Amino acid sequence: MANAPAITATAPRSARAADGGKKRRPGGRRRGAIGWMFIAPFAVVFLVFLVAPLAYAFYLSLYTKGLATGTTFAGIDNYTKAFTDPSFLNGVWFVVRFALVLIPVQMAVSLAVALVLDAITTRFARFSRLMIFLPYAIPAVIGALMWGFLYSPTFGPLAQIFGIFHAAAPFPLSPDNVFGGLMNVVTWQWAGYYMIIIYAALQGIDPSIYEAARIDGASAWQVAFRIKVPLVSSALVLILVFALIGTLQFFTEPSILAPSANWSITPDFTPNIYAYNQAFSYANFNYASAISFALGIIVFIAVYIFLFATRKRGSILS
Amino acid sequence: MKKKALLAAVAAAALVAALAACSSSGGGGTSTSSKATNCTNKIVVKSAPVVTVWAWYPNMAKVVDNFNNGHKDVQVCWTNVGQGGDEYNKVQTAISAGKGLPDVVMLEADHLTAYEIQGALVDISKYGADSVKSNFSAGAWKDVSQGSSVYAAPVDGGPMALIYRTDVFKKYGITTPPTTWAEYAADAAKVKAAGGPAFGDLGANVPAVQMALQIQKGATPFQYDLSDPKKLTIKLNDQASKDVLDYWAGLVKAKEIGTQDQFTTDYISGVVNGKYATYVSAAWAPGYLTGAGVGKGASSGVWAVAPLPQWDTANPVSVNWGGSAFAVTSQATNKANAAKVALGLYADPASLADGWKNQIIFPLNQGVLTSQEFIDNKSEFFSGQTANKDVYIPAENAYKGFTYSPITVYYYAQLQAETAKINAGKITGSQAADELQANIVKYAQGQGFTVTQ
Repeated sequence: MANAPAITATAPRSARAADGGKKRRPGGRRRGAIGWMFIAPFAVVFLVFLVAPLAYAFYLSLYTKGLATGTTFAGIDNYTKAFTDPSFLNGVWFVVRFALVLIPVQMAVSLAVALVLDAITTRFARFSRLMIFLPYAIPAVIGALMWGFLYSPTFGPLAQIFGIFHAAAPFPLSPDNVFGGLMNVVTWQWAGYYMIIIYAALQGIDPSIYEAARIDGASAWQVAFRIKVPLVSSALVLILVFALIGTLQFFTEPSILAPSANWSITPDFTPNIYAYNQAFSYANFNYASAISFALGIIVFIAVYIFLFATRKRGSILS
Repeated sequence: MKKKALLAAVAAAALVAALAACSSSGGGGTSTSSKATNCTNKIVVKSAPVVTVWAWYPNMAKVVDNFNNGHKDVQVCWTNVGQGGDEYNKVQTAISAGKGLPDVVMLEADHLTAYEIQGALVDISKYGADSVKSNFSAGAWKDVSQGSSVYAAPVDGGPMALIYRTDVFKKYGITTPPTTWAEYAADAAKVKAAGGPAFGDLGANVPAVQMALQIQKGATPFQYDLSDPKKLTIKLNDQASKDVLDYWAGLVKAKEIGTQDQFTTDYISGVVNGKYATYVSAAWAPGYLTGAGVGKGASSGVWAVAPLPQWDTANPVSVNWGGSAFAVTSQATNKANAAKVALGLYADPASLADGWKNQIIFPLNQGVLTSQEFIDNKSEFFSGQTANKDVYIPAENAYKGFTYSPITVYYYAQLQAETAKINAGKITGSQAADELQANIVKYAQGQGFTVTQ
């Protein structure tokens, strides 16, 4: 995502170089300098706010600081510690499980809604589209706080609904239910956004293809699953990558819901929350940096494997 | 083929980098400036030097105004950056950063040691602390000192007692409040058998209470002396600790007490609506409960307080939860002025009276503790009960002080996690104690301490 502007900025130059071929005109170097100037605003921001903090975090992760010992060079000790730390590994296992369940659910919901909204063209469709997108417009923190109240065993609607039947309401954030409780919040928040991406891709399909399909005798279901879904598969891959990275870095919703979760969301619930608490509660900035990098490595491997596996079916890269 | 793989790698890296950037922007939360620019209060004497203060006392606005109106030589600029853990996270981050701390910070005694070992607090004994030493009991002074060094000016303490609901007790035929923990358990079973509400609550988020109750049975969780800063003794799974955790785990298992985190909206609503018959808490609790809306409407005139139940009535032990002090940070620009504020803020009669009359603080200043007005005060929250004379003053006088460790934040987090496991019925109290011991010892060793078990 971050290097997209860089590609567009340099594209004309490389195209011309390909045209010009062998005879290099004088002043090419100056034009090169101008090109660099165009990407300079991006490059400065990229270096100062991305590369430099990453480098600093990596530097921190190579040291260790004990309350009684002070700072000492540790090499890769923090990393070996992270990959043998049950708190970190349990957190990683949680987000991996969460991703495996969440992503198919989210994609199914957003794809279904997008296909339905694409098929009908009434005013109701436009209204529904807006309503389904609305949760994404609500800041994640406010959305999570709101769900915290909806889930409350004392104030929430669950208590009242179950109260009618004289049954005890389940607490969606109890240790056994917290997985599903968070799944619901995240799906609610993001399904609308993914729906819009798929919907936009569907709008880009040439309607004459549908016409041809119908002339060949395809039913509405066949048009949807044999024509539309394959044609938007690149959008599906894109949202899958978004969802995968977002889920592995799960932080906002659980940390906002933690105070009302009656301690079923622990300080090592997900790797990011663990890193946050290591840094800002226990002052282990070095270990927190190592955890963050270890998580980065895991996310990188996961995304790489995924992109490699889906490279044939019109991936986002080609 | 190879090129595509490479492209995939590059794209993946870019995505990871971009999202890492997104997430890291959400993390940091310490924008609080130590500059005296955005005070919550008004500066009365504009020309005087300003000392910045972080504190969360509910009546802090009045206290600061009292100080600023009474002082021409120094003024206070006060900010409330959060209560307890919220503030400590900010303090710890500012210590690590080497800047961002205020001149004076409100701290509980159990967190002082961690900041002392990091050199973040100033020894105020030479800045006038010794001259006020006689105003405080030996136990209160011990909580803020290390040898002859004094790291904070004590303001209030938290002698613990048993707050209970008279309406619930009456309804289920409990005529006198329990004086021992055995009686407490028997009463809990009685109320449960009669279909009554939870008798108490084992909140996972109040680890300081758990620690105090273990100490009451004779546990010594930590031994630590700043003069030998690398040596730390940890005893979290001795018989006393296990007994206390097993006791509470048993009450939870029998569903005789609740398992709700305390001070949450759900908990307060339960307290108001009579879901809990008792509340094992400190002397400052009535003020905070009142602030949260307890003691009004349906829950007014139903509260009373009794001394904390004992394990052995022949040898009663008094314990403490919370209570705070003002410390001068080593980042303070003018330490003499900061010490003047730490010692003078919340030390004037008007502020102290406002605090104790609303039961927000239990003052440690002997001038107040021995005053007839304080002794004979009829508490409004406890329906006119002379709570100070009957319960809190004897409890405070019997309090001998604790020894806290320099790894309190981590210890509390682990104790909370273990309590949550007990509440979920996953482990017994003894198992929790053993897990806790192993975990804390490992952490302390990782921090470079020489651990004695």
